[in-house]
Order: sequence, then C-alpha cells, then structure tokens
Amino acid sequence: MNIHEYQAKQLFEKFGIPCPKGAATSSAEEFSSCIDSLGEGLIVVKSQIHAGGRGKGTFTDGFQGGVKLAKTKGEAIDFANKMLGNTLVTVQTGPAGREVQTVYFTEGADIEKEYYLAILMDRATSKPVVVASTEGGVDIETVAEETPEKIFKAFVDPAMGMQAHQARKIAFSLGFEGKQAGACAKLIFNLYKMFWETDASMVEINPLISTPDGGVMALDAKVGFDDNALYRHKDIVEFRDLNEEDDKEIEASKFDLNYIALDGNIACLVNGAGLAMATMDIIKHFGGEPANFLDVGGGATAEQVTAAFKIILSDENVEGILVNIFGGIMQCDIIAEGVIAAAKAVSLDKPLVVRLEGTNVDKGKQLLAESGIEITSADSLADAAEKIVEIVKAQ
Amino acid sequence: MSVLVNKDTRVVFTGITGKSGGFHAKLCMEYGTKVVAGVTPGKGGQKFEDAVPVFNTVADAVENEGANAACVFVPPPFAADSILECLDAGVELIIAITEGIPVRDMALVKKRLLETDSRLVGPNCPGVITPDQCKIGIMPGYIHKPGTVGIVSRSGTLTYEAVWQVTCAGLGQSTCVGIGGDPINGTSHTDVIKLFNEDPDTEAIIMIGEIGGDAEEQAAAYIKEHVNKPVAGFIAGTTAPPGRRMGHAGAIVSGGSGTAEAKIAAMMDAGIVVADTPSDMGQALLRAWGKA
Repeated sequence: MNIHEYQAKQLFEKFGIPCPKGAATSSAEEFSSCIDSLGEGLIVVKSQIHAGGRGKGTFTDGFQGGVKLAKTKGEAIDFANKMLGNTLVTVQTGPAGREVQTVYFTEGADIEKEYYLAILMDRATSKPVVVASTEGGVDIETVAEETPEKIFKAFVDPAMGMQAHQARKIAFSLGFEGKQAGACAKLIFNLYKMFWETDASMVEINPLISTPDGGVMALDAKVGFDDNALYRHKDIVEFRDLNEEDDKEIEASKFDLNYIALDGNIACLVNGAGLAMATMDIIKHFGGEPANFLDVGGGATAEQVTAAFKIILSDENVEGILVNIFGGIMQCDIIAEGVIAAAKAVSLDKPLVVRLEGTNVDKGKQLLAESGIEITSADSLADAAEKIVEIVKAQ
Repeated sequence: MSVLVNKDTRVVFTGITGKSGGFHAKLCMEYGTKVVAGVTPGKGGQKFEDAVPVFNTVADAVENEGANAACVFVPPPFAADSILECLDAGVELIIAITEGIPVRDMALVKKRLLETDSRLVGPNCPGVITPDQCKIGIMPGYIHKPGTVGIVSRSGTLTYEAVWQVTCAGLGQSTCVGIGGDPINGTSHTDVIKLFNEDPDTEAIIMIGEIGGDAEEQAAAYIKEHVNKPVAGFIAGTTAPPGRRMGHAGAIVSGGSGTAEAKIAAMMDAGIVVADTPSDMGQALLRAWGKA
C-alpha cells in the first residue's frame, strides 16, 4: 500500500525525521488558512498523487508542473487552484494521469546540497538495506548505472536493528562533518526505526537536503507498506486513499481476488498467480492483448467466480474472456458452476473460451456443455489462447 | 529417486486442527505420506482423524513420533512463530504453505534459519512431492508420476501445468519443489538445482520462474557453471506492467530489475531451453533432452 507525501511527512514527524513545516487540504476554501499556518517566506505548492515525477508533470489543461514554488501567498493560492481537481500526467501515471484531490503546502527550504536516502528490504540478503547517495534530486537508477561509486549501502541485521556506527558511517560517506554528520546519522537512525516499526516495504527521501544553518531534512517522502502486515497497523490503513486505486481493483479486493487492470481487450480468469501471469503472456504470444491479471486463488468459491466475472465485464474494453483453470485443490466442476452462474447473472454477451484441466475435469466440462451457454472449450492453454485471440479479432 | 522427501519422511502438520490444515493433512495421508503427528497448542492429547496424535508443541511431536519434516499451515500472523518453533525443535525440513506472512517476520526467520542446519521450503508455496512416496503440500497428487524429471518453481498452478505436460509426454517426476512466491524464502532455485544435480536419479530439470528479484539469474549462472543435465525453463510475467505486484508478493518489476527479459536472456545464455509459452514446457524439456 502506498501513501501520499503529506501522510508520509506526518509519520516522519512522529519518528523525529526533520522536514519542512507543511499543511495539506482537499478544499480550496482552506488554502488560505493552510498557508497562514506556515512561516514567512517562499511557499512550495505540491500536488498529492501516488506517482513520482510530479515536478516535471503536465496537467491535462496544459498547466505545467505538479510542484511549484510561490513567492507570495496570492501566487501559492493561484497555483493550488490550478492543481486541485485538475489531472496531472507524469512519467509514472500513464497518459490518463491522476486527478489531484489534495494540495500540500510547505515552507520553502534553503538548500545547500541535495542527497538521496532510502531503506528497503534486500531480497538477495533477506536484510533491510540503507541506500544513500551524494546525488540527490535525480533518478537514482541512473546514478547507480553511471556512477555506482556515488552510492553507499549498509545492510542491517534484522534481529539487532540499525547500529549507531552504521548510521554514522553513511553520514560520513555522504561528506557530512561535525554536528551536521550527527544530525544526518540521527535522521538515518530514526528513518530505520520507522521503516521497521511500520512494516514499510520502502521509504525513500529524494532529495534529502543539507541547509546552510547546519540542518539536514527530508524535502520529499515516498513510503510504501507491506500489504501482508497491514493487519497490525490500523493507523496506517487509515491512510489508504481509494481515489488512487482502480475501482475494479477495489471491488476485487473485497472478494479476495487478485485483480490488476491492463489496457487490452481479452479478459482472463485464472487460478494461481504464476499461471495467471503465464496466461497473459500466452494471449500476447498469439497476438492478443490481455485486459487484466486475475488470480481467483487456490480455493475460490462459486460466489468469488461470479464476482470475478462481474469485475472483468465492467471493463468496457473487454471483447472476449478466457477462463483458464488447472484444478488441483480447486475442482473443475465448482469452477464450471461458478462460470455458469456468473454467465447467467450478468447475461453474458461476450465470447467465452474455457480451458479446464485437473480434478473433476470431465464433470466440469459436462456441466458447461449442458448449461446452454455459448462456450468454446479448449484442450490446452495454447489452444485456448489461440481460440480467444482468433474470435476477438474476427469480431 | 528423489530429493528432500521420500517414503521414510515422517511429517508433523502444524495447524492440523484448522480447516485448511486438516483438509490437506488428510489428502496427504490418503496419498500415502507418513503424517505422524499434528500440533495445535492447547489441543495436545487429541487425535486427528482418529489416527494421528496431536501435540501442544512441535518438540513433543519430534520427541514422541520422530517427526523429521514439518508442514506449516498456520495463519499468517502466527506462521513465523510456527516456523521458528520447528527450527528450535530441530526439524530437518520445514515446508511452509502459508501465504501472506509479513516480510519483516520472514527476515527474522531467515536470520534464525541460517544459524541452524534445517532447511525451509516456502513460504507461500505448494509444497514438495516425490511421486508415489511422499506429498507434503497442497498439490493434486494424481497428476504426478514417478520418473526422472526434477521440477522447481515459484508458482503453484504453473508447476501443475508443467507436471501434467511431463506426465502426458509419458515421463515422470523425481521430485517437484515449489519454493514459493514471496520475496524472502527459505530455499532458492539454485538450492534445489544443486540437489537435483547431485541426485543420481534426476536426469533432467525444469526450472520455472517469474518476474521479480534475481534468483533465476543466479540459478542460471550456477547451471552454466555446474550442471550437465538437460534443463528447460519458463519465466512468467513477460507482459506484466512494471511496479505492480502480480499476485505473489515477490512478483514485481521495480526500477527496471527483475524483468522477464533479463531472466530469459540469462537462462538462454546458460544453455537452458526456454519454453516460448507455458504450453510448451513439456516439449521444451524434450528438446533440451534431445528426445523431441
């Protein structure tokens, strides 16, 4: 689960990670009071969406920049009015962009130098890793590729937690000296504490900045959480913003279905994540475009299958459906019943290709054949994919 | 013959009195697996299916029934504790089926695991099966047939797909190992490939991977260096959009790493015959084996 920058900054404050004072609102009427709550000087106006590249983004009405620096209160309000309710397109949003529903105002910071700092779980070592760089405010993957010597890492023993010397070493590697090195180390230490205690999957500060008065602070904040651990973080679940999620994905999550919307026109319904991915791949292999990823899980009920059908059919781009089930624990006749119930419930009018294999396959095929629903059955995954691609293309 | 499990493996099921734990323990017993004990704290002294003694602790199951393998079916919030309990009780092989264990918990489990001589397979995996000898997990037993093909995979149903194709081709499996779809797991592709390579009765290998991480690349490098047995492979997720978790917690392309393209390239470089489609895994194996 991802959260907005202003929410991440609330967590930063709680864990003692310095950042510029800020205030967020979803209401244009509160722009003025938000700005008044900040100190004198420059004001940064920031669109709040779950995507990076906001500063260089463009709104669909042509307005440039999802992050703007304002010299006066009037200018800040003007920028905020142009952002709120407008749709921001960045390199990460895709061409459709995201509607800005919250604007975040922060005090302008005096930047001496920009750095990069992140903590994430390293899969290769199974340990949290702190990644820092003297090159901040830029794309870290480019830095890693072109100047790997400017990236510093520290692997943290998960049982012992971050040690003070590890935080100090990173601060010194970044070139900090004296009291400022101490301030940086403390920030790193606190950031690790937050990463660990909140079950974050990633915390990223880009840029981290030093200020002429000897301070170190987080100018930006990007934080994601381990979905598997949300059950023990009720406070973080409160941060969930449904506006940032696809309606169909929200609906799917209610039924414990793994659904991800894609751009194609052939919907698929599969059991198992690996097979669901492979089904998308084989549709593409035969010249089609998958409309979604959908894993109904290992033990789906007829009710879940019906819900899954309704969700994939609510996608207007869908012109055909491929059901691919390898029944292990999930029995083919149960799936067949679900498919029949769903097809009737939604008055299915799109071509449907079904491939069943595994437990009770004959019973499942028989149920489908006797249902009176127009279904093309397939013998193998390749056969199924070829058939649905052909049918959709012929339409 | 096999790796990891065989007809002499003595299994304890943790969470045996739970709904899915009980259901699958029963199916494993019907398959012929020696399920010698169950563990549910507070239910020690009961019998599961009027046959299998239930204990309060894993240590009791090991001491009284000589369990040397464990199948963990405990719900996610308690699963890490159950694995740690198995480690403390000295269980040699722990197979964790549970899906949804927090990554933080697994980081701690992994740290402890490395201090012991035990092996953990999973979590979030279908389990391990040596056909006609021992099935520990949730895979449908009947699709398997004894043979000489070793199969290792991160995915459940995609493994069944490969198993079925191998069986339909008139061949069989030595052992099938599902290593699970989580970002932190106990046993890697490389670990299982090593076991298959050293097993005299495994003659050929199918390795199935998916997007995310670089475990497949590492396994490919190992195969290139050490394995002379024919290897076929498949990678799922060529069409997966970057930055999205595709069902499995570990199946994500982030920052340009973990792509299917990179994995497929590494596998081809290692001489692995990569299947064009998931329908082609059995045929790819035959091509790798010179039997096509």
